[in-house]
Amino acid sequence: MQASKQRSVLAHEGGYKAMSITAIVVVLSVVLLAMDMRWIYLLVYVWFGVIYGVLLQYGRFCMASAIRDLFAIKVPRMAVGVMIATALFSITAGLVTATGYSTFHPHPLGWHIIAGGLIFGFGMIFTGGCASGSLYKSGEGNVASMLVLLSISFSQALFVDLGSWSNSFTPSSWVASAAEKGMPESLSVNDGWFDSFTAGYIWDLSGGTVAQSLDTGNNWLDVFIGNSLLGAILPTIAVLVVLYFATYRKGYLRRNKLESPTFGDEMRGGWAMMTASKNTALAGLGLGVFAGLQMWATGALREHYNIFNFGELLQKMGYTEGLSVQQTVFDPGYWYITTQEAQLGGWVLDKAGVDVMDNIFFGLMNGIPNPLINAPLLMSVGIIAGAAILALTRHEFKWKVPNMETAVFAIVGGALMGIGARLGMGCNVGAFFAAVTNGDMTGWIFLAGMLGGGLLGVKAFTMWIDWRTSADDDFDI
Amino acid sequence: MAIKFDKISDGQYQLDVCGYVCPHPQMYTKKALQKLASGDELTLLFDNPSSGESILSMCESEGNEVFNREDGEGSFTWKIRKS
Repeated sequence: MQASKQRSVLAHEGGYKAMSITAIVVVLSVVLLAMDMRWIYLLVYVWFGVIYGVLLQYGRFCMASAIRDLFAIKVPRMAVGVMIATALFSITAGLVTATGYSTFHPHPLGWHIIAGGLIFGFGMIFTGGCASGSLYKSGEGNVASMLVLLSISFSQALFVDLGSWSNSFTPSSWVASAAEKGMPESLSVNDGWFDSFTAGYIWDLSGGTVAQSLDTGNNWLDVFIGNSLLGAILPTIAVLVVLYFATYRKGYLRRNKLESPTFGDEMRGGWAMMTASKNTALAGLGLGVFAGLQMWATGALREHYNIFNFGELLQKMGYTEGLSVQQTVFDPGYWYITTQEAQLGGWVLDKAGVDVMDNIFFGLMNGIPNPLINAPLLMSVGIIAGAAILALTRHEFKWKVPNMETAVFAIVGGALMGIGARLGMGCNVGAFFAAVTNGDMTGWIFLAGMLGGGLLGVKAFTMWIDWRTSADDDFDI
Repeated sequence: MAIKFDKISDGQYQLDVCGYVCPHPQMYTKKALQKLASGDELTLLFDNPSSGESILSMCESEGNEVFNREDGEGSFTWKIRKS
């Protein structure tokens, strides 16, 4: 019985393709390990990416859907899923932090976070997917989402590499502060707006986690009470209560013919909302568990190889091209999306003859490694592969070539997402999901910005659709 | 590739949003359903998988019934009856 059920899942064209993709990833992994066991560090990123891709596609996990469906069609399903994932990830992240394997760095607090969230949130309404959503949708054969990824990559690379013309927009206080940092000449810290922004503004700010500010002397208490409970779980419950009353309650009471609901009815309603899409909630649970495991696995490997950053390992293995002046590469050790896409854009620009290593973002911090050995970028490739594997298996894969309208939205929206991500220092994953679950409250500020931008985006988008349907005879009956 | 919204017969309508990604399918579906009268049926064609979940939730909360679903290779044909 079990065997025949399994045959029906995989014995079709999509199933064979899914198995082929899996086989390719396995074979490449084995070959890499046979060449040098140290590639395990990179493969951890790849395989966690594949798992994230499967989970994202399974739960259709997308922050753009979460915010947009909430405002545009009053459907809280995805927002609820994201909140459940947040609460669960905060627990696994807490375990990793308390045992000392955390790779997380809190973000500095400042106006840039809300500004970045606003621009990112506005853009993602038009692209139809957030940074992680665009990755899994690419795996479903959605060419528009692939355009979004390219647009995010190049807009970020160009934004961090703004030329001398942008200097006139730089406040003199940033210039003065940046000049005092004693950066190497080669980085020309006050040439380009983003460099002065980083060295003269961001570096003067500070950030921290709730656990660090509690500081009771008991590490486990700090982490679980501070980061997990106060920083993530209680805010999550508050958001869920608001979502229930604002969007779900009315329909629930009507469907169940409850005119004067008791407290028990309300609780059952809340539970019904949380379980309305089991897939999203289950994906959230899985993402929480694996995102924690990834931090643990990377932290353990760093300890094993006695390194702080993948750049050191690459150097030992003989790869020095594209490393930053500190001999590092971008290596967050947890789920992250946009920075490695910026590196892809930067690498291509570099090959095209543009000097991008004279800026802080690439030259000092992240480097521009060859995409084939860029571990976080391969995590993104893994996400696309994982999503494709599940979409093919579930008969949901289809090549979808965008029309002009969708393509323009993808490119313009993607560019806004790229700029927003660099200003806010991350996307819906790096600046929100991975932040709030590690006790970094700047993530909630980024979410507030994203909500504001999302609301404006939905208003603009609705106006666009109204105009289209009034101008377009096809929509009249 | 444009969005097509047609009246097929009395009380029968068809909306084709194939080729569109989020958020178009769910927003056009919402708009189309607003134009229908109670009891009318809408045949919805779309190929963006994640829109399906949103449309399902939207119909559930507004009381409209998705009474027939044909899910093919990445393409979906659903029939919705307006409450």
